Amino acid sequence: MANIIIQLSKYLIIILMAAYTFSCFSIFTRNYEDEETPVLIRQDVLMFLILCTAFGAMYLAEEDMRILFIGAALAVVLLAVILLYNLIYPSVSRLVVNNMCMLMTAGMIMITRLSSDNPSPYGSSVRQLIFIILGVIFGLIVPILIKKLTFLEQWTYIYAAVGGAALLAVALFGGRSGGAKLSFDLGPVNIQPSEFVKIIFVFFVAASLKASVEFKNVVVTTAVAAAHVLILVVSTDLGAALIFFIVYLVMLYVATRQPLYALAGIAAGCGAAVVGYHLFSHIRVRVEAWQDPFATYSGGGYQIAQSLFGIGTGSWFGTGLFQGQPGSIPVSETDFIFSAITEEMGVIFGLCLILVCVSCYIMFLNIAMELRDPFYKLVALGLGTCYIFQVFLQVGGVTKFIPLTGLTLPLVSYGGSSMLSTMIMFGIIQGLYIVREDEEEKIERKKERESRDVSGRTTRKKASENKPRFEEVPKQRTRQRKRARSKQRIR
Amino acid sequence: MTYFFVILFIALMAYLIYFTVFRASTVINSPYNQRQETFAENVVRGTITDRNGNVLAETLVSDDGTETRNYPYGSVFAHVIGYSDPQYGNMGLESVENFELLTSNAFFLEKLQNEFDGAKNIGDTVVTTLDADLQQASYDALGSYKGAVVIIEASTGKILAMVSKPDFDPNDIAEDWSDLNNDSKNSPMLNRATQGSYAPGSTFKIITTLAFMRQNSNYADYTYDCDGEITEGNTTIHCFGSTAHGHEDLRSSVANSCNSSFANIGLSLDISKYRETAEDLLFNNSLPSVLNYTKSSFALTEDSEDSEVMMTAMGQGKTMTSPYHMAMITQAIANGGTMMRPYLVDSITNYTGSEIRHNVPQSYRKVMTSAEASQLKEYMEAVVEEGTGSVLSGKSYTAAGKTGTAEYSMSDSDRTHSWFMGFTNVDNPDLVICVITEGSDGSPGGKAVSIAADILDSYYD
Repeated sequence: MANIIIQLSKYLIIILMAAYTFSCFSIFTRNYEDEETPVLIRQDVLMFLILCTAFGAMYLAEEDMRILFIGAALAVVLLAVILLYNLIYPSVSRLVVNNMCMLMTAGMIMITRLSSDNPSPYGSSVRQLIFIILGVIFGLIVPILIKKLTFLEQWTYIYAAVGGAALLAVALFGGRSGGAKLSFDLGPVNIQPSEFVKIIFVFFVAASLKASVEFKNVVVTTAVAAAHVLILVVSTDLGAALIFFIVYLVMLYVATRQPLYALAGIAAGCGAAVVGYHLFSHIRVRVEAWQDPFATYSGGGYQIAQSLFGIGTGSWFGTGLFQGQPGSIPVSETDFIFSAITEEMGVIFGLCLILVCVSCYIMFLNIAMELRDPFYKLVALGLGTCYIFQVFLQVGGVTKFIPLTGLTLPLVSYGGSSMLSTMIMFGIIQGLYIVREDEEEKIERKKERESRDVSGRTTRKKASENKPRFEEVPKQRTRQRKRARSKQRIR
Repeated sequence: MTYFFVILFIALMAYLIYFTVFRASTVINSPYNQRQETFAENVVRGTITDRNGNVLAETLVSDDGTETRNYPYGSVFAHVIGYSDPQYGNMGLESVENFELLTSNAFFLEKLQNEFDGAKNIGDTVVTTLDADLQQASYDALGSYKGAVVIIEASTGKILAMVSKPDFDPNDIAEDWSDLNNDSKNSPMLNRATQGSYAPGSTFKIITTLAFMRQNSNYADYTYDCDGEITEGNTTIHCFGSTAHGHEDLRSSVANSCNSSFANIGLSLDISKYRETAEDLLFNNSLPSVLNYTKSSFALTEDSEDSEVMMTAMGQGKTMTSPYHMAMITQAIANGGTMMRPYLVDSITNYTGSEIRHNVPQSYRKVMTSAEASQLKEYMEAVVEEGTGSVLSGKSYTAAGKTGTAEYSMSDSDRTHSWFMGFTNVDNPDLVICVITEGSDGSPGGKAVSIAADILDSYYD
């Protein structure tokens, strides 16, 4: 009997998730803020329904009260997140807040499910909940900092020094996990600095390229960026190296609008990939495992083969929670969480999850496009690229679309460093969104002052001549949404 | 730049959909996947039958719920059906069709009922193309010889029989496991039909003949005077038993299986084109096969020594092939040059017999023109009518084929592998058969052609 309910719940979850995902994109067609609100509330309702269905089904499967407690605690935390953001930052992008919560929910469902088989049941689920709470606190503090700290763009070389030093420290003294030097033991906590250096790196590039896009400065910036990438390659953190590389290319291209730089960068990247393939055995192992995971099963193919078994067995609708064997996928709570989710919740759910991430990215791009200050614009763009490219590498890796790079899926995977750094990234972009809204207000106020100085008759004319779109916010939003819509059409 | 990421994600999602639709069922069939055990918790493994409904493998459930896999024919189907054991995994069709056998397409209300009762569903039935009578006849005819028999339906590529010896009894796989695996002398677990790698002996002369025909449009005018041996440089090739075959054309060279004549032909060939012909026939290539197999190899290059060329042309040298592959080549000749994709599963039905999926014959590749095929067919008829395959003449059925004897060891030169490949009902080919016996001492009973005759006699009577 319980089995039937679990089977039905999996279809229900997929339907709810599909509806949620649809609204993530349909919202871009709304023109005014008050039209968006009902959609956003519907999203929240859908999300809590998914949460309740999933945790309810898991309780039925295991009959362990702890599952219900974790589910309830998560619901309370998410409700608090949504309300607090609304309360403290009414002008924040609520779509991003919702998506953030949705991704955390999907992750928590699977982590709770997986951790029931652990030696200390539900330990990592509870820890992840704590990480979420910590992340939310950071996520709530960061926007205000961004707004207040106006000198951020002057710290160019401090960023480079701190970031480089942190990476170097890991490369030299870091502990090994899974063949790669990634983490750093600080007493009881295990920190993975490259997650945070990503953010510092974006700030460095943005500050440097804002100061000047002359050839000399571009060369210097590129050299520093290349040093970051090299350190990461040497410490075998290939995924992070690739992200730094792509993020730098995108930011350089947007700052300079020079296709030549982008082409040169891609060529250099391809060259480096070939050299790296011949130079480093760990890169070769990854590529061979990607080409044929079954032939290299006992070598490096084991992980990816198990991941494919999971995804393949789950197929469109998944096996249902607690009905599959996601535990047989190695590191399923972190690197392979996507495979575990698709195994038990279905490929359709997995596709929806990808689309939710893409929806976040589209929102980030919107924010970046509207920022006037080139430093903020570059930061928003860099962090957005950082996020979406990590999603691509991660999902592409575990589905054998591209070689495996060993990254976490932001907000979904288990892990404190990943959760905190992603929440900080999201917080920064949300902060920039607020900065933008303030910019608009400032310009508006300035105009009003100007209009007060000059005689009333001419003022109105002048203002409407000049830039009418700053007069009322909704119109501005119209333009913005249209852009988003055209992007969707391309998809 | 936005487009870059949009394209990346469209590609990623398209790939994931492609994987789920087309690749997933193959991937999860991998023997490394422990999840199939999970299926077994909810499904009673399905039955495997031959094409007439005879049960080849079934799961018996006792009153207390214990399941045992039962193979009514014992070791007769050992390699092709294989075994399924919770501890030792799956082999043969049991492995290839594992997913189907553990999937239940029973009526959905019945499945719902089972769900309420906590009972297991019954897995689907795999209906094979195999013919139990023909398989049994082949198994009996091979007797105590090591070797293999492959029988394919000429026009469709359906595999009707596949026997390999020495064998094992899949009913006792768990008890015999370590003995079977430690027996490196006999390797009873090896499916010699597909995984055996043998020198093709004189059967390879058919490929040499085809290469010669392709390189000389006037091949019908070829003549050779055989005095029992041929010498080129330091190498002398003898005919079988040093028989002098006298004046021959291409047809009688094939019929007599004349080594000297074929060594002579080999020396006249353009080696790279010769290699091309062999590769057209899938030497050095992968074969269409769901069972594990060994690739065939053709080793001649432009730099090869003359002695190597002469040996290869008559079927010795470094050429290696499997009975399965030689049966496929014979099938193409019998079928007017079109090689069919050999297959073992005719259909999948649910346990009550409602059909879920039906496989249809698929042509794999046109490996030679129909003119070439009919010419080779004529030469192979001559082998039976007036040559080394005369055991098969004067039967109730007509037959064409090619015999072969392959030396395989320097120390034991008396013993040879004996080959026969051929087909019946020459005007409208019916069965394609390929037989090999290892280490035959030349006595009539151990000859592949006699074994083939025994099998075909029992089938047509």
